[in-house]
This record gives sequence, C-alpha cells and structure tokens, in this order.
Amino acid sequence: MSILITNGRVIDPEQNIDGYNDLLIKGRKIQGLYPKGKGPSADKIIDAAGCIVIPGLVDMHTHLREPGFEYKETIKTGTLAAVKGGFTTVCCMPNTKPVNDTISVTEFILEKSKKEGSCTVYPIGAITRGQKSEELVELEALLKAGCIAFSDDGHPVTNSLIMRRALEYSKIFNVPIISHCEDLKLSEGGVMNEGFVSTIVGLRGIPKAAEEVMVARDLSLCELTGGRLHIAHVSTEGSVKLIRDAKARGINVTAETCPHYFSLTDEAIISYDTNLKVNPPIRTASDVEAIKEGLKDGTIDVIATDHAPHHLDDKNKEFDSAAFGISGLETAFALGLQLVDQGLFDIRQLIIKMALTPSRIMGIGKGVLTVDSDADITIINTEKEYRVDSSTFLSKGKNSPFNKWELKGTVEKTISMGKVFEWN
Amino acid sequence: MIKSKHLLGIKELTSEEIYHILDTAAGFRDVLHRDIKKVPPLRGKTVVSLFFEPSTRTKTSFALAAKRLSADFVNFSVSTSSVLKGETIKDTALTIQALGADFVVIRHPSAGVPHFLSNILDMSVINAGDGANEHPTQALLDLFTIQTHKKNFQGLTVAIIGDIAHSRVAKSNIYALTKLGAKVRLICPPTLMPAEIGKLGVDVFHSIDDGIKKADVIMTLRLQLERQSKGFLPSLEEYFKLYGLTSERLKLAKSDALVMHPGPMNRGVEIESAVADGPQSVILEQVTNGLAVRMAVLYLLAGVRK
Repeated sequence: MSILITNGRVIDPEQNIDGYNDLLIKGRKIQGLYPKGKGPSADKIIDAAGCIVIPGLVDMHTHLREPGFEYKETIKTGTLAAVKGGFTTVCCMPNTKPVNDTISVTEFILEKSKKEGSCTVYPIGAITRGQKSEELVELEALLKAGCIAFSDDGHPVTNSLIMRRALEYSKIFNVPIISHCEDLKLSEGGVMNEGFVSTIVGLRGIPKAAEEVMVARDLSLCELTGGRLHIAHVSTEGSVKLIRDAKARGINVTAETCPHYFSLTDEAIISYDTNLKVNPPIRTASDVEAIKEGLKDGTIDVIATDHAPHHLDDKNKEFDSAAFGISGLETAFALGLQLVDQGLFDIRQLIIKMALTPSRIMGIGKGVLTVDSDADITIINTEKEYRVDSSTFLSKGKNSPFNKWELKGTVEKTISMGKVFEWN
Repeated sequence: MIKSKHLLGIKELTSEEIYHILDTAAGFRDVLHRDIKKVPPLRGKTVVSLFFEPSTRTKTSFALAAKRLSADFVNFSVSTSSVLKGETIKDTALTIQALGADFVVIRHPSAGVPHFLSNILDMSVINAGDGANEHPTQALLDLFTIQTHKKNFQGLTVAIIGDIAHSRVAKSNIYALTKLGAKVRLICPPTLMPAEIGKLGVDVFHSIDDGIKKADVIMTLRLQLERQSKGFLPSLEEYFKLYGLTSERLKLAKSDALVMHPGPMNRGVEIESAVADGPQSVILEQVTNGLAVRMAVLYLLAGVRK
C-alpha cells in the first residue's frame, strides 16, 4: 500500500530539509520526497495541513516492564504509549524479571514486540549478570540476539573495575555502555533532592553529589579505556559541567536528560505528590537552567523519556515507600516543545535530540526521512493546546506529574513501519 | 478562628491560629487542676490513635486529653493489626473511618503521611509526628510552657541543641517560634544539620558555648543512639563532650533561662542529670502542659468540623 502525506511542513535534520513537501510511503519504506503538490497519487492521502511531518521519535531509555512486571506495563501497552507520544522506536532497559542478561530474554522481547508491538523495539542488555556488578554478560551473544547497547539501568555498576572492563571489552563491538550514575551509599534512603525543600518537607534527600561522583568516575574510566560511554538521565548542574569539560577534552561520551529534569523543580514536592518521585530526583531551579544550557550547547545530546510506568498501588501510598518513576512517553514531545517556545533552540534541534542523535548513538539508522529508510514518521500539530489527562494514557502507568498541565503540541498521526496510528 | 479541621503541621498555621490554640489551652489547664478533671464538649466523639512508631508519652497524653473532654478514645494497635499483614496505610485509615471515628491521631516514620491521609479522609487528621517533618502538638506545648514563664515571644532567644536533621520537634519549633517573633539558634554538628536550614531565618552554630550565650530558652533534643553507627558521630562520649548541656555551660545562658526537653531523655548523652533535674528545668511542666494543649487542639478542631 502507498501513502502520500501532503500539505505538511516536512523537517528532516539529516537531509537539512525544512519545507512544505509531499512524502510518499510504500509498504514499510519511504519511497520519495516531492515539492508540495507534486507527489504522485497513492492508495491513501494524509492531509498534514498545519502540522509538522518529522522522523518518528526515538526513545533510547524506556522501561517496558515485560517480562516480569506486566501489571505495570507490557510490550503491547508500552509501545502503544510510544506511538501515541510520537515515538516509533524505543530501546528498552534490561531491569525486567528476569533481567535481560541472556539470549532467551532478548529473544522473548523481540518476538513479543514483533507480535504485539506497535513500534520498533530494540532491547538494551544488562552490563553485568543479574545487574549485580559482578560478572560481565556475554556481549557478543546478546548483540547477536538483537541487543544494541548495554546498561545496568536502575542500578549503577558499583564495582569500578567491572565498569572499566565493560568499557574496554565493549570496544570490540563499538557499542555504547549506558551508565546509571548513582553512589548508592550517598543516596541511601533518599527519596528526593537534598536541599532546602527536603528540609522543609522532612523527606530524606539524595545529594547531587550521589550522581556527580559517579559521572566523574565513569568519565575517568572512559578516558582511560577509550570505550563509548553514554550517561543516562543527567539531572544536576555539576554533571553537566563534568560532561562539558570531558567533551572539551575529547572524551568519547554522550549524555541524555529527560523532560522532567528541565520542566520541574523540587519545590513541587511540598504537595507530597508521589508522581514527583523519580530517580535521579527532580532538582532545583539552577539545575534546570544548567540542563537547558547543556541541551543548547550540545553537552547533552539527547532527550530521552526514562518512561517508568507504575501501577497506581505503587504510587498511591506514603512518599517514602512509593515507587520511583514517571510515565513519560506520552508527554515528552510537548514538554520538549516548551524549550522551543522558550527560545532555547529551534524545532530542528528538538528533532535532532529526540530522533536523529539517539538513533546515531544506538547505530540503528532511524530518525531520518531519507528515501529507502523505514517509514517511521510522526505528524504533530505544534500549535494545538491541550490539557494532559493521565487517565487517558495508553500506557498502563498513569503516574505523571504533568497531569492537568496545559501543554501545546499534539501528535496527530504516527506512522510506524508504514502502519498508521491516528488520534484526534 | 482555626481554618482547617486537620492539624498537619505548624507550617500550615498562622500566628493568630497559634495564639488562639494557646489561649484555649490556658482555659483547659485550669480544668486539669480541678478535683474532677473532666468536661463534656466532646461527648459522643471518638478519637483513634494510629501509631506506627513506639510512643508512650504522646499517645498517653492524647488519650487523657480525649478522655478529659469526654470523648471515647481507642488505640489502633499497629503491632497486632492487619498492617503487619500488608494492609496499606490508606486502607487502614479508611477502616478506622468506617468504624465511625471523628479524629485520627497519627504518628508515622514517613514524612507527609498525615497530608496524604487528609486528602482521603473525612475525619480530622492530627499529626503526632511524621518522619523528620513535624510534631506540631509538641511545639505548641513548648510554646505554651515558654509563654507561662516568659510572657512574650518577641525578642526571645531560643537555642535548640541536638539532632536537628532528624528532629520533627525542632522543625515544628522553628516554624512556631519564628512565626511568633522569637530568635532561633540551632546548635549541632554539621552532620546533623539539615540542608540549607538557614533559609528559615535561624542562626546556625556548631559551638554550643557560642550558641547558648545569653539565651532565654534552651531546648535539648533526644539523640537517637543509632546515629553513631550511621557515621553521623564518632561516639556518644564525644557528642556529650561537645554538645551535652552541663551545669557549667548553662551559666553562659541568661540566669533565668529555661531548660526544656521533649523527652525521652538520654541522661549523660545530651543533658547532664544535674541540669535535667535542676531549678531551671521545666521538663515535667512540658508534659503536663501537653495535656492542656492537646485538649485545646481536639476541642478547636471539633469546632471546625461543626
């Protein structure tokens, strides 16, 4: 089947395209790009008037929860949430039950995704067996099975020697090692950022240093080994400075942040709303500014969601024992768009950070609208305002601190491998 | 006068509301000195205590306060309840409400639990201590005790010594005293000082001698003995040497300075026995005043509920 998308503003940073064009899809591939009104006839015409037509977004940090935590999310619901949020590719973290540290788990995820998934799923394998920081997984075997990167996300690699070995050994395959930077002793018992607000509400704080000492360690190890390091969910000003400095010295590091780290400050926790509980925690205004500055100057390469869906029962309880995490896939782009509205950068930059660069880091050839590439396309009305209603999320996780926020930018249609999903 | 039917913390109160509670408590203190120590305003009302941490004095004080107002008082015993079988705090609280309680007096190790419950429940929630957040009735009884001796809070210098970081008593007192115009000094080792506490308008001291100089009131706090094992302190002996309130040090404060302690005390750790039992100590008076203050709180919240 062929589909012609017409009347939209097509933006593809890869080809330096930004203009009103027609885009032709045939089957699972992009067939051609034509000046507006010049596209050939097709089986289906999509009128994208008033919308941008961009490469499907790529989330390099998603928790799909399956296998093991199907009551929180499944591959089916998580990928539906992804396409609803404009994502056509998600890379799922290995902290499932069992942990994705063996071929069988990787194969299970891929098979399930093929059968029930709405978008492309790439598994990220664990760095160490059982995420225990003791022994490396079999990298070659997992890569062959379909993993594209390695991370112990949810847990730091506490053993510095193992982290060194991971960065060294992974050079054989030139794949990224994604680090969840957290000193577990410094963060022990903490449930929010340590600072004035934690003092006011009486909750145990997690100091910024808990993240920064591990960022510093991993940057040193990256410099030592020449491996490929990617820092997950950067949340502090200090981390931004460390990474900026490392990049200036030519260290092979990339970094991501998440919408909640540039959209919220810890002051919101005065309400004790457990939807604000996330790890690393939401920080202060100066961190938010530094994160934005880091996004602007390229210190932070990627905006990822760290989509961490939870069941209501895991959140509807006392703050101390509520689960960490935010269901982020369905609000990420609109929150990113706020940065464009604030004048931080243009929409092209946003697409680079949410599609092109994550795809390049992961080496998956997504995030582009070039002819013959996968028909992964998102059509967004960037001017349409709406009120977030987390109860309507397609994700099982309704745990969003952005519930009831007034946002701008609705995903009208997502085309994932040629399949059209539409709303509104 | 009191706006909320819940007492979640001092943070949420205005200075007018605080004074109103203190004035009401003064009336009830007279009741406590009568031969028949019971009045009828809460007849037919039920107060349930729900304590997730051990407590003797606060629970007993609330029980007596409720009974002296002619309310029924029931203790929901956590150690023998379904909480141990995995029931959530929300379900436990809703169960108590379904049994017809009008007030729940709650103590919980997690900050914010009273706030969480106040959003769910129709009955009044009284915070009897939530994590390191607040213990409002303790601060109110401390104010009441100070007021008895000092008359005016304006210009008063109050030194609080001890484990400020983990102390909900200190927090509630900081809010209360600063709202009423007193100057607050905090004295403790840097490891036990909460982050950026200075923003609350208090002065921070690491030397007890500097901190208690010319103070009008000295509050010592209980030091949890496990702080040593968690690395906050090298030893309890060193703590006493640096921060223990001794008769010698007390001389640095004003000669009529009050010595207070929320209890239970660790004699020889944060306070010397000679000081605890000395002429400037009002520690037992605090306990008695706690009853009057808690009667006032129950009485006033019942008024809001009407």
